[in-house]
Amino acid sequence: MPGKITLEIDGVQIEADQGQYLIDAADNAGVYIPRLCHKPGLEPYGSCRLCTVVVNGRHCSACTTPVANNMVVENATENLQDFRKMIVEMLFVEGNHFCMFCEKSGNCELQGIAYRLGITAPQFPYLWTKKEVDASHPDILIDHNRCILCARCVRTSKDLDGKHVFDFTERGDKKKISVNSSARLAGTDVDITDQALDSCPVGALLRKREGYQVPVGQRLYDLKPIGTNIESPSTDNDKK
Amino acid sequence: MVASNTNPKSKRIVIQPVTRVEGHGKVTILLDENNKVKQARLHIVEFRGFERFIQGRPFWEMPVVVQRLCGICPVSHHLCAAKAIDQIVGGENLTPPAEKLRRLMHYGQTFQSHSLHFFHLASPDLLFGFNADPSIRNIIGVAAEYPELAKQGILMRKFGQEVIKATSGKKIHGTGAIPGGMNKNLSIHERDELLKDIDQMVQWSHGALNIAKNYTLEHMDTALEFGTFESNHMSIIREDGAMDLYNGGLRAIDKDGNKIFDHVDNQKYTDIIAEEVKNWSYMKFPFIKSIGTENGWYRVGPLSRVNTCDFIDTPEAEAARIEFKDITGGKPNHLTLAYHWARMIEVLHSIEKIKELLHDPDLQGKDLVTKGDRRDEGIGVIEAPRGTLFHHYKVNKDDQVTMCNLIVSTTSNNEAMNRAVQKVAEDHLSGQPEITEGMLNHVEVATRAYDPCLSCATHDMAQMPLKVTLLNVDGQVIDERIKQ
Ligand code: FES
Repeated sequence: MPGKITLEIDGVQIEADQGQYLIDAADNAGVYIPRLCHKPGLEPYGSCRLCTVVVNGRHCSACTTPVANNMVVENATENLQDFRKMIVEMLFVEGNHFCMFCEKSGNCELQGIAYRLGITAPQFPYLWTKKEVDASHPDILIDHNRCILCARCVRTSKDLDGKHVFDFTERGDKKKISVNSSARLAGTDVDITDQALDSCPVGALLRKREGYQVPVGQRLYDLKPIGTNIESPSTDNDKK
Repeated sequence: MVASNTNPKSKRIVIQPVTRVEGHGKVTILLDENNKVKQARLHIVEFRGFERFIQGRPFWEMPVVVQRLCGICPVSHHLCAAKAIDQIVGGENLTPPAEKLRRLMHYGQTFQSHSLHFFHLASPDLLFGFNADPSIRNIIGVAAEYPELAKQGILMRKFGQEVIKATSGKKIHGTGAIPGGMNKNLSIHERDELLKDIDQMVQWSHGALNIAKNYTLEHMDTALEFGTFESNHMSIIREDGAMDLYNGGLRAIDKDGNKIFDHVDNQKYTDIIAEEVKNWSYMKFPFIKSIGTENGWYRVGPLSRVNTCDFIDTPEAEAARIEFKDITGGKPNHLTLAYHWARMIEVLHSIEKIKELLHDPDLQGKDLVTKGDRRDEGIGVIEAPRGTLFHHYKVNKDDQVTMCNLIVSTTSNNEAMNRAVQKVAEDHLSGQPEITEGMLNHVEVATRAYDPCLSCATHDMAQMPLKVTLLNVDGQVIDERIKQ
């Protein structure tokens, strides 16, 4: 077959297409590499570092690394899982995440990954940073308490909705999502049908008044852990 | 329990924490130089952080957020908030399946909460006596001496939890009620699983009722004086005067059973009830406005509900109610210890209701949510296991909560519990040369009859450290202790 190459992930040989990114090749082969900022349909971004793998002895992000013939990749090693746990724990303490009553609970990728990695409580102290809720739009709200700055809404709005409603302002620990209007979300041209609204992996960007409609027990990750759709593609889980 | 001498002239005894009530509390008894009770008070530290925390949160979160106030009766808060939020979305006229599913959840909650209280918290005192050795007078002692009874207690509680799980998705802190309805119905499978045990539950409920009834009748001499006083009683009531734990107007009666108000639209609760603040307690003291702060306090909970209602609409609980009313010649029953008996009448009522609902095909209905005109204020009132519960919210045009006020059952019983403590302290501790553990337990028994839920009353999200400050008669702090 033209353009096919082979590589090895955790000792298992897989086939990949020339020019594919490593994370996509792994997906096709049924190997789950944890990720948050990566979303199929969007350009590689490489910001969350959750997909960090070791390729031929070097750490790199699987979502931005193209495959190469005979690559040797470490993915689910204890070291890398520990490293990923640390990233997820830092995200938990930086934001104000109350999974216990969050409407995204059970459908949240951050929570799903935390469960999959076996995180029970973060090892770092909570920062309890005061963050805002922008509920100015009649049908949509942004809860900055839960934003993990993955830029999926920024990129989806720009690349798929053709609008550029969202972007980042400030730097460092003050960095946050902002909107292209001084009148907050209400002043933007965001629309309830925008794909950007479905791109948020957590409960930060939400359609109003829709929370909790799916009963506990029937939510996305109540049924199967996150990543199961990649490992056994017959499930409907994660079709996002 | 700690007894401490504080002052050469007067002695202050602190019982803390009040064991076998939910959450934390503290009782202080001040004795004079002759060991006579000068003053006895139940202190509950109210923490208003919760109302602040939810400011700015979207209103549809409320039913799921507020239930975190309590690990014992979260369903009451879940449903009460949902009832308030129904009004915000104009969905207060629920579809029949939604209302029945919520009722099923609520009866499951009442059944499990009352069973827990009776078997785990109250039965040691009733079975072994208030003065019994504390090393036996506990649930372990009950399990050793009355294993069958202890088993029934555990399985009854579990059954209630299964009802909650089937309707809300989880045994504790589920999400079933959403604005204007429910997010799930009851599947045939879930229904059939519950039906398997229902007759056993009805039978055991009769057994528990008999224990509570016989205890009261056999100890009438004690019950007549034990922490007993006359009072007003309040609850919600169905339009036809039937006991209704889920919905209805407000009714209050005075000590003789005369109506103070009746079928008051609970949206107008602020017209009839106000809350007084006292300088020695962080917990507010609600009272009936028309009577005033001095005599307007009232009791809520199982005893009050059996007193206020004209009848119970399930046959076996109604027969039990008639028997209960007979001992007071139809007049209100004011005995603090009769709370246990009334509570078990409600256990029987709840399980009869559950049985009736499980046979109702509406529970498999699919029409679960209704909405109407948006409002900016919502008030929910429900009969929680411990008594009338009020949730009141205001929201802005952006759907964010701007105001929240909760009156929990334990707060309504605040004055009554203080009176019970004072009465028991005077009757059982005054003038005694020595204070024994058994005497102190009498004080706790009086509080426990009301099944106070201190974590609800303190509106605390997590465990709160208990701070004990001892003051002498001159108001000087002589000791301070913090219990984590
Ligand atoms: S998924 Fe690769 S860096 Fe975020």
